[in-house]
Amino acid sequence: MWERILVIVNKEVNQVLRHPRMRTMLFVPPLIQLIVFGYAVNLDADNIRFAWMDQSHTPASRELLAQFQGSRRFLLAALPQNETEIQNLLDKGDVQAAIRVLPGFGSDILLGRNTAAQVVIDGTNSNSASLISSYASSIMAHYAQTVANKQQGPRAMAQAESGTLNLRTTQVDARPRVWFNPNLISRNYFVPGVVANIIMIVTVMMTAMAVVREKEIGTMEQLMVTPIRPIELMIGKMLPFAVVGLMDMGIVTAGALLIFHVPFRGSFGLLIASVILFLLTSLGAGLFISTISQTQQQAIMSAFLFATPTFMLSGFAFPIRNMPVAIQYVTYLNPLRYFLEIVRGIFLKGVGVSVLWPQLVILAAYGTVIMGLSALSFRKKLD
Amino acid sequence: MNARRTRAVFQKEFRHVLRDARSLIMALVLPMFLMLLFGYALNLDVDRIPTLVYDQDQSAASRELVQQFRGSRFFEMEGLVDNYAAIERGFDRSKILMGLAIPRDYSRRVAAGEKADVQILLDGSDSNTASIALGYANLVVLDYSQKLASSGRNRTAGMRLSNPVEQQVRVLYNTTLESKNYVVPGLIAVILMIIAALLTSLTIAREWEMGTMEQLMSTPVRPAEIVLGKMLAFFVVGAIDTVLSVLTGIFVFNIPFRGNVWFLIVTSCVFLSGALFWGILLSAVAKSQLLAFQMGILSSFLPSFMLSGFIYAIENMPGVIQGITRFVPTRYFVTILKGIFLKGVGLEVLWSELLLLAAFSTVVFLLATRKLKQKLA
Repeated sequence: MWERILVIVNKEVNQVLRHPRMRTMLFVPPLIQLIVFGYAVNLDADNIRFAWMDQSHTPASRELLAQFQGSRRFLLAALPQNETEIQNLLDKGDVQAAIRVLPGFGSDILLGRNTAAQVVIDGTNSNSASLISSYASSIMAHYAQTVANKQQGPRAMAQAESGTLNLRTTQVDARPRVWFNPNLISRNYFVPGVVANIIMIVTVMMTAMAVVREKEIGTMEQLMVTPIRPIELMIGKMLPFAVVGLMDMGIVTAGALLIFHVPFRGSFGLLIASVILFLLTSLGAGLFISTISQTQQQAIMSAFLFATPTFMLSGFAFPIRNMPVAIQYVTYLNPLRYFLEIVRGIFLKGVGVSVLWPQLVILAAYGTVIMGLSALSFRKKLD
Repeated sequence: MNARRTRAVFQKEFRHVLRDARSLIMALVLPMFLMLLFGYALNLDVDRIPTLVYDQDQSAASRELVQQFRGSRFFEMEGLVDNYAAIERGFDRSKILMGLAIPRDYSRRVAAGEKADVQILLDGSDSNTASIALGYANLVVLDYSQKLASSGRNRTAGMRLSNPVEQQVRVLYNTTLESKNYVVPGLIAVILMIIAALLTSLTIAREWEMGTMEQLMSTPVRPAEIVLGKMLAFFVVGAIDTVLSVLTGIFVFNIPFRGNVWFLIVTSCVFLSGALFWGILLSAVAKSQLLAFQMGILSSFLPSFMLSGFIYAIENMPGVIQGITRFVPTRYFVTILKGIFLKGVGLEVLWSELLLLAAFSTVVFLLATRKLKQKLA
């Protein structure tokens, strides 16, 4: 039996690797995805371009500007003179925020009166806008606190009758400690996901083409007259792609660790084991698509239709907890979701079987069911 | 170029489109499916952050602080725990995203008017959610701290003081900061690019595969007329897709539409024809339907999704990749759509984008014609 499987594997590998196009299909997408997600996908707001409109021109307003520039998140990009200029800058997207200090800002502070500064934010990108808003607010709040300490301390002292007043003021500080990804780097979140995503895309696409190609060019008839049994044909067809899947995992993991320095805190053995469990599902799905399709065209279209929702609803790029509740339930049906949880758990959190066992069990169940079903339908088609 | 011959190619091709019912339905249903799928799934709003509280102080003061978090819609209290290990377990199992730890001497320090620290623990693996959550948490604490400070001063000094520098934050264009307003307009551009490139990527390759190219060659039709005629036939399908997508955006997702309808129509037509010409160019290059399809997916889906600024802001990318995005036509259409929908701006701001799209269309049309000429010769 293994001899015959080996023959099929040999034939398949030769067939696939003969086409230069196929060779590139196997190894270029993983690299492109790795580079794009490693470098391009970035949801942080780092160099926020802002416009500064100072109508006060006092040391107090310049001090506030210095606070913004010193935060290293804000980049001064324009100095508009009036409202229309601010509006234009925002319309064109030249700046993401504009800060306007009203006339009288400095004198109000000197006199100990309450005053205000306006922050206008371009909300088009809701994600950056909420980051910008919270960065700006915390800079202003810190500034307000220093002003309060400066101006109210002496005033309180002057008003206190005894003159020996306790000047310590209550202050509550938030001390953040971020786990798993202390510098909050986007790529640490995305790159491990690429491992899962690539394995799915490559294996589903490749196996989807594997059987239907024989059907289309008529070589299926030839295979059927040989002593090869359906199960052997099936295993022989899938084994090479399982190896490709594992190799892609190796490439992406190596790239993640060496180029992007993504932390890897868990066990490598567990990662391989979970990849194999997931391969059962993705190879099974590909085989099923291949069995039900008549032409390569249909196969690739169906693979695309299968892969897109699986990708979108996996939590790869968009957190599942933000989706509408009904769709959150749908994601429980998505095997990629569990695989992603495992991969991220291993890379970033360093957790093991004790934490990830539910996901592993579900993945194994999925693999068995999908593989079993597609094996059955494959046999039926051949008979 | 001859208008009559172009029309003949258009009629022939349009009949093909109508006859292949399955592909036609696919071409009309797929964009709606993608719109709904992406529109609902691509949500980056952060609220109801699941939080555990470890209150070591157990005092009225610490409970008041927790109450500040409870009152914010951004946090959802998952319960009280009495050790760090419970928070750690919550992170490991991804049950919570944030932990709030209040130290034992918190109320004593607050009462004495000293500086008190509270600890915010965050699961940083999803860096975006974590940084937004951290921003909210910081603000809650700062706000509370300011309240405490001024009430403390008021007590000791016997006067009314409040926050000396008030911050008036105003958000333009997308005042409620909903991510759907940001995502959906760009989504229309991405979907149109994918659909258009897929629609036409098969058309010339099919003629080669079925051998009907020879027949076309024996007619007096010229390459430019073939390219234009074929584009126009699929343009009808693409235009219907555009209208459907825009209507879905406005009526299903309630995206504000602040711009000019005519400007939207003109820019969509320019972009759509460019995307369709692109598919024809691939089709002329590839010769096989399968290869054309793969190239279509690879060249339309990946760059449109990742490099158009549709979700991932271009200004955050490294310089080299920012340079590459200048060659992604979807980028300009995404800017135009966001401008029309959210900002309500028109030609006066977006003329350069429109010009670049028109240039893209023309260049791709010329390339496709030349490629076809070479192949025919």
